[in-house]
Amino acid sequence: MSERVNEKKKSPKPEAVLPTLGPLGMLRWAWTQLTSMRTALFLLLLLAVAAVPGSLFPQRPANPAIVTQYIKDHPDYGAILDSVQLYDVYSSAWFSAIYILLFVSLIGCVIPRAIAHYKAMRSQPPRTPARLSRLPEYGTLVIPADAGIPASAAITDAAELLKKRGYRVDVRDRDGARPSLGAERGFLKEVGNLVFHTALIGVLVSVAAGGLFGYSGQRILVEGDTFVNTLVGYDQFTPGTNFQSSQLQPYSVQLDKFDITFDRESKGKFGQPIDFTAAVTTKENPDAPAKKEVLKVNDPLSLGGTSVYLTGNGYAPVVTIRDGAGNVAMQGPVVAKLQGENYYSSVVIKVPDAKPEQLAFAGFFLPTAFVTDQGVSFSGDPELINPQLTLNSYFGDLGLDAGSPQNVFELDVKKLTPLNARNLDTKGIVLAPGSSYTLPNGKGSISFDGVKRYIGVDIHHNPGQLYALIFALLAVAGLVTSLYVNRRRVWVRTGTHEDGRTMVEYGLLARGEDHRLAGEAAAIRKLLSDDWLLGDDAPTGSQPAPSATADNDRADTAANGASGADASPEQPAEDFIQSTAGSSESKKDQ
Amino acid sequence: MPFSINETMGQYSELFMLLAAGTYTVAFIAFAWDLAKSSKTLRAVDLKAAELSGAAEADAARVPVGVGAAAAGADVARSDADVSGPAGRAERPTSATSRRGTAAGAGQTADGSMRYAGERRAPARVAVALTVLGAAIHAAGVITRALGAGRVPWGNMYEFLTTGAFVAVAVFLLVLIRRDLRFLGTFVIGLAIIMLVAASIAFWTPVGHLVPALQSYWLIIHVSIAVMSSALFTLTFAMSALQLVQSHRQKTIAAGGADKLGFMRLVPNALSLENLSYRINAIAFVGWTFTLMFGAIWAEKAWGRFWGWDTKEVWTFVIWVVYAGYLHARATRGWTGTRAAWLSIVGYLCVVFNFTIVNQFFNGLHSYSGL
Repeated sequence: MSERVNEKKKSPKPEAVLPTLGPLGMLRWAWTQLTSMRTALFLLLLLAVAAVPGSLFPQRPANPAIVTQYIKDHPDYGAILDSVQLYDVYSSAWFSAIYILLFVSLIGCVIPRAIAHYKAMRSQPPRTPARLSRLPEYGTLVIPADAGIPASAAITDAAELLKKRGYRVDVRDRDGARPSLGAERGFLKEVGNLVFHTALIGVLVSVAAGGLFGYSGQRILVEGDTFVNTLVGYDQFTPGTNFQSSQLQPYSVQLDKFDITFDRESKGKFGQPIDFTAAVTTKENPDAPAKKEVLKVNDPLSLGGTSVYLTGNGYAPVVTIRDGAGNVAMQGPVVAKLQGENYYSSVVIKVPDAKPEQLAFAGFFLPTAFVTDQGVSFSGDPELINPQLTLNSYFGDLGLDAGSPQNVFELDVKKLTPLNARNLDTKGIVLAPGSSYTLPNGKGSISFDGVKRYIGVDIHHNPGQLYALIFALLAVAGLVTSLYVNRRRVWVRTGTHEDGRTMVEYGLLARGEDHRLAGEAAAIRKLLSDDWLLGDDAPTGSQPAPSATADNDRADTAANGASGADASPEQPAEDFIQSTAGSSESKKDQ
Repeated sequence: MPFSINETMGQYSELFMLLAAGTYTVAFIAFAWDLAKSSKTLRAVDLKAAELSGAAEADAARVPVGVGAAAAGADVARSDADVSGPAGRAERPTSATSRRGTAAGAGQTADGSMRYAGERRAPARVAVALTVLGAAIHAAGVITRALGAGRVPWGNMYEFLTTGAFVAVAVFLLVLIRRDLRFLGTFVIGLAIIMLVAASIAFWTPVGHLVPALQSYWLIIHVSIAVMSSALFTLTFAMSALQLVQSHRQKTIAAGGADKLGFMRLVPNALSLENLSYRINAIAFVGWTFTLMFGAIWAEKAWGRFWGWDTKEVWTFVIWVVYAGYLHARATRGWTGTRAAWLSIVGYLCVVFNFTIVNQFFNGLHSYSGL
């Protein structure tokens, strides 16, 4: 601020020059801008727009392989998109910037409002406006002189009734000539609003905590296999930022049997799977008793603080491969990767233990093999009606000895020599269960022993999700409260007419949107007239509001046009009861 | 699977859907007839009144929208107050704007309260009766579909569309009990017809079982709330679109321009439309919040994470944020009125996009269109 003073001294002619703010002023200005409703709204809409590209382009967290392929397929702009983080939208700098700014703006808005609301809740309702007739809802009642209810008694009655109705009431000048009361209710509306916004921060923090301390992984289990929850037990593992391997509880899950029911009824969906059931045996830890459980889609297992989900399945043909020396080089199930309709799957078998030369096989597994006239084979049914393995074989150095990791589902044949292939004289290998094939040149043999099923399971641990749920529920509760509780103010003023009648006028004001204010005015009117036995049901004596513009700056202009037309001659719109109070309350825009 | 497929029921269902679409088509014509006829009648009344009162109209000439005769003097002033402000500003909805609307002399139309007026509109009555009949047949179609499949009838695009159209019509009819929104008839019924036709032609799927991923009670909760919220958003979309047209018309007339959109006389003033659509949008927003939350809970159960920015999740989030923006806009100076209406429209376009394009063309975990 001192800088600002200096600036002013320096400038000889301070004519229409905007005052320089200085660094502190700039900060304050920036903060005011950031926490303004307009900026919040802008950021909110910007967040919606920024979220869209994540659905248009493949995202790395969902599937990194597709992103790599996408960049390869679009050499012209694929890399450019990557440089602006369009494959990592939800962790990108720009998306983070928007939501962080939004939440800072939110905090900057919530805290002052919470303080203001706390003060408002502890203070008395605002003083009675001079002209109640200017309020959006206004009405008058007249108590006959012979009823014996003086102005002070009338205001006490009104205060009682409003208190019963849930209002906080403050009576002013009870024994004066014009006693009045101010009443207010609906403080929960703003509480709900604040809870909603604060809970959103809670949700964000919970999600972040889940990312820090959670972990997830995948594992494929063939029937008979057992998964033990240790790092080596996973096929793929994604730790959170603060993950420690000591977090893993060494429970185990053994897949006993996996059953699929296929749709055999409907024509359109014939052969579509309609039920997956995995029978498993679990142990909470190595010493715990074994427990039989069922794992299904939509019905995960809960073990050791994690959840185990059934996410995939397929066939695993069991093969025995003998090498050139006649020894068994490999025996067991081979996980076939789904490629197409009806479990049409690809098979890759790498046999690094085969001697003298390493062997490899690549081809397809079909549960129900059919071959078209063109020689294209396809699977006609998802179940094992006519299972068939169609393979090419190779020999040579698989490159596994060097220790570099390879994808088990892919075979790089560049350095291998083909033994069997469709285009060679030896042709491809076609095997049915129980049959075997001897490789040419004495390289060994392969036999197809049978077929098992496998399942893919996802294992997740997210310590944040319970809190995210709690905060989300809080947010909804706050939202509903803030939308459906109405904050209203009521003022009542009484006075005694020269002829002894007790004159009562009341006015209502809503803060925020309130389409039921008229109903409330009618209800209060009815309560009062019933209490005073006025028998005044029809609101003929009531004046419609002079303007529809409650707490709104436009009130003045609109009111001028309308009030004249609405005022009934018996009851002048202004000064029904001569006011002693000052000017009416200044109207704030929220 | 506990239930077996009943193909006969499925065929009955398709027959009912066809009959419902036919009935709706007649109802649509009746609604359109109502608009045309009322517009014509009102214009005639207006012309007559203008001849009679001549210069007397001058004082009401600021915005004589929706008030046919000078007889409705007080209401002219009221209507004035409703629209004379800057376009971007609107009053808070207190009852005072609408309370006396029904007293309007010529009957009509831009009655802000959207309560039923005394005047009988025969074509509109026929249209509503036909809509009720169509909805009854439609309900039979939805129920037989459910019986045929032995489950809730919203497991694929065909079922979303047929059930969604039914819910939209049912919500419209329910609102009609309390409010005279018959001016929305052509829109809602027209949309229902489009949905039924699209379902039968482009998305037809025979009755079938659910894929395992959908076999959960969350399907009942999550999708039903989503469909109901969408039905409400449909109503507010129509109202917001009409609000823009009406506000343009009101401005044109206020500036002394000719009233080229006579049928809009049947539609309440822009502010009343805005206020009612705000109230409906608030309900629908709470519903959409539940859709999002229950979806997250189900996602946690089915896929192991409650949020993963799947394409459908992204668009559900975008819709939620746009409508949150709409609610905030109503409390922001300079963003009420026309701008808020645009947000409501953009929100609904996102709903439609999410339902059609995302379901069919975007790969994601929600690819259950059944095609």
